[in-house]
Amino acid sequence: MKFGILVFPGTWSDRDWHHVLTRVLGHEAVYLWHGDRDLHDCDALIVPGGFAHGDYLRAGAIARFSPIMESVAQFAESGGLVLGSCNGFQILCEAGLLPGALRRNAGMAFRCEWVHLRVERTDTPFTSACEVGQVLRIPISHGEGNFYLDDAELESLEARRGVVLRYCDATGQVTAAANPNGSRNNIAGIINTRGNVMALMPHPERCCETVLGGTDGLPLCHSLTHALAASAR
Amino acid sequence: MSEATITQTHWLARIYVTLKSGVVDPQGDTILGALRQLHFDSVAGVRMGKYLEVTLTAADDAAARATVEAMCTTLLANPVIERYTFEVAPVTS
Repeated sequence: MKFGILVFPGTWSDRDWHHVLTRVLGHEAVYLWHGDRDLHDCDALIVPGGFAHGDYLRAGAIARFSPIMESVAQFAESGGLVLGSCNGFQILCEAGLLPGALRRNAGMAFRCEWVHLRVERTDTPFTSACEVGQVLRIPISHGEGNFYLDDAELESLEARRGVVLRYCDATGQVTAAANPNGSRNNIAGIINTRGNVMALMPHPERCCETVLGGTDGLPLCHSLTHALAASAR
Repeated sequence: MSEATITQTHWLARIYVTLKSGVVDPQGDTILGALRQLHFDSVAGVRMGKYLEVTLTAADDAAARATVEAMCTTLLANPVIERYTFEVAPVTS
């Protein structure tokens, strides 16, 4: 099982993902430089967090035109699994692989803290190891995670069950107080219509070992590896 | 080729990218709060956008506009949350 981890100038979570995928989970992982086009026969792609191209203009706006993104789009088009986190979410939205946009956080603060997420669906390759309604505790670290779609498109996203994770409190209640950034409908993670491209603002790769304060990133990683193992059979 | 003809091929585009109405603007809200704190009591609202100056060469006004329009739709504005306006003028100096 081979993972490709995208690296743009300014990406900062690539090594954390590499550590989790190789040392914690025992899989193969390679870095994919933004200026290249070759995906090196990877089975799944990770678009990590950071500040690709300094987040200049808009987060993800310049990264989406990197040569590697054409290959990512083709990979997704052919059904390949793509998971984005934080800046990866912003890049995938800018690239049109996911709907919506991530605006500046409500209240302007850069939020770096643990949050709770309610799993809204488990019939995806990214959440199959979770339970519906399960509350995951995963850290966020972003200044622009305020998910936005206009009313009509938001309704359409909800109607097709495109929301996978919502910010909630420790008991799973989706409240305004539990929303760290002003995201519409407390949206923390979404999936595309086809069900093979997902992204979330939180950082599951930062909580896959007890020593780091939590392991709730593991169910998401395990879901992905189960899906790849199943498709390889 | 006359000097006038050469300078006519250079254009300055002034591009304004702003959030669509209805899209919450945390930066504008924060600036509004700061202005009120400074006793600018008459201020009713603040929306923050981006201003870009792009210099380019083009055969004529229409060509310059078409290029800037393409820049805006491709990269400079995100149609999910932003709109844009621009003006182009020949660079004479």
